[in-house]
Amino acid sequence: MKIVVLVKQVPDSGAERSLRSDDHTVDRASASNVLNEMDEYAIEEALRVKEAVGGEVTVVTMGPPQAVEAVRKALQMGPDKAVHVTDEALHGSCALATSKVLAAAVRSLEPDLILAGAEATDARGQVIPHMVAERLGIAALTGARKLTVEGNRLTVERQTEEGYEVVTASTPAVVSVWDTINEPRYPSFKGIMEAKKKPVQTVSLADLGISPDEVGLAGASTAVVEAAPRPPRQAGTRVVDEGDGGVKLVEFLAAEKFV
Amino acid sequence: MAEVLVLVKVAGGAVSKPTLEALTLARRLGEPSAVVVEAPGTAQPLIERLGEYGAAKVYVAESEDAAKYLVTPKAAVLASLVAQTSPAAVLIPSTQEGREVAARLAVRLDNGVLVDVVDLAADGVATQSIFAGSVTVKSRVTRGIPLVTVRPSAVTAEPAPTTPAVTPVEVALGPADTLATVTERVAEAKSARPELTEASVVVAGGRGVGSAENFAIVEQLADLLGGAVGASRAATDSGFYPHRFQIGQTGKTVSPQLYIALGISGAIQHRAGMQTSKTIVAVNKDPEAPIFELADFGIVGDLHTVVPQAIEEIKKRKA
Repeated sequence: MKIVVLVKQVPDSGAERSLRSDDHTVDRASASNVLNEMDEYAIEEALRVKEAVGGEVTVVTMGPPQAVEAVRKALQMGPDKAVHVTDEALHGSCALATSKVLAAAVRSLEPDLILAGAEATDARGQVIPHMVAERLGIAALTGARKLTVEGNRLTVERQTEEGYEVVTASTPAVVSVWDTINEPRYPSFKGIMEAKKKPVQTVSLADLGISPDEVGLAGASTAVVEAAPRPPRQAGTRVVDEGDGGVKLVEFLAAEKFV
Repeated sequence: MAEVLVLVKVAGGAVSKPTLEALTLARRLGEPSAVVVEAPGTAQPLIERLGEYGAAKVYVAESEDAAKYLVTPKAAVLASLVAQTSPAAVLIPSTQEGREVAARLAVRLDNGVLVDVVDLAADGVATQSIFAGSVTVKSRVTRGIPLVTVRPSAVTAEPAPTTPAVTPVEVALGPADTLATVTERVAEAKSARPELTEASVVVAGGRGVGSAENFAIVEQLADLLGGAVGASRAATDSGFYPHRFQIGQTGKTVSPQLYIALGISGAIQHRAGMQTSKTIVAVNKDPEAPIFELADFGIVGDLHTVVPQAIEEIKKRKA
């Protein structure tokens, strides 16, 4: 089975994150950048499918030159190779343009299964898996907490507000996963060494046949009008429990009319 | 006045609260038209409620296919309604499915999309709260009409009663719309509590709760306040509470009127999911816990004594 995993380099969600003041894009220069956490679960699932039915796992990303660091991190877990779409013209691309680029990059790989994290920690949009599927004209089984592969039949348990749905499709299909699906492996020393030698193909917009004016800030379908840091919350009253903490708590709730 | 299409999210056979909130926002841009894309027989009981919140029209697209296939039937119906009605905007409740419908629709129409907006102005400028609520961004769709998904609980639903005109709509699916089949829908441990993202009160427990059994006091406090129960990642990863109740960067984002954090330290992972709550109360035995930096009212103490006392006090006041 040919498996593609879509990954993204994101600013570390555990550190301070900001938008650039000049063009309101994500500030990647000052942030510490990491592989999007949810993508590790997608990579793990890809490796498990490969271990069960055989095949090859290709990591695909779109991002600036330094995004190759996230690709190497991904390869350390065990995928076979990677494709890195990078081009100056991509800076500031909207979701529509990003999905166009990813779909083009994936199409030539002719995958049976495209795995992705359900969301990235920066934009948290959850839109890319369905956008890519829509462009490729294939099924999307999204928000999976469980994936079963039987021949060319894919079945997922999709997490919903009420519980879960069982959703099924034939390959090829996009499957996006939540962190409830598995426990990602840590890269082994061997994996870390091997990742350095694994092929990473760098692809430009011209290679994909996409014009620079369809992407980036110039070709974006949405625009930021203004961005401002939210004023920090002011810490309020704090009391130390001296045996009456529960009563004090209720007094506060009553004063705020919650009780 | 121009129409504004609002996709109806049905919950338990009724109109969900996020749908009423989307109808409320839609009225700023034009005249709301509710769109129901569901199995046959779903729409009829919803119409009065949709009218109560200002839906001048209700488009009813009912078929077995609408429920059988994932996401695509809703995108297909909305795409054809956009072509027919040239609406001023399309609003969709920002559930997982809602975002996915918006994603498909954006590609079909080659129309920009803004997800999880917390406010929408009459001129179509949408406000989003990003990076764990630390940055507020105003954006607009520059290609096409405003196509936005609306974060639950971001605005208060306000009635504007009218009697809707009901229009049946065909569910016409293309070959690529019938690829992902829903074979089963399973409701898990349905509780009487409000949906986490929609609740006006959320009581959440963390590692400090200590065990699955001890979550009973979190639930008791939530029930007394008519709230939902949530959990930090530390609590769900420890198996204290089911994953689907996780609040934070990798879980749900909530923005209730009152958020009570019990035994939650307030790591950025968690704050990402709750720091836009209106009032925050914290109980933690660690005086250095970062949750106190956010809390309007904090108690440094052991939740295992503070919470049962609070429960008794509320019961006493209610009696």
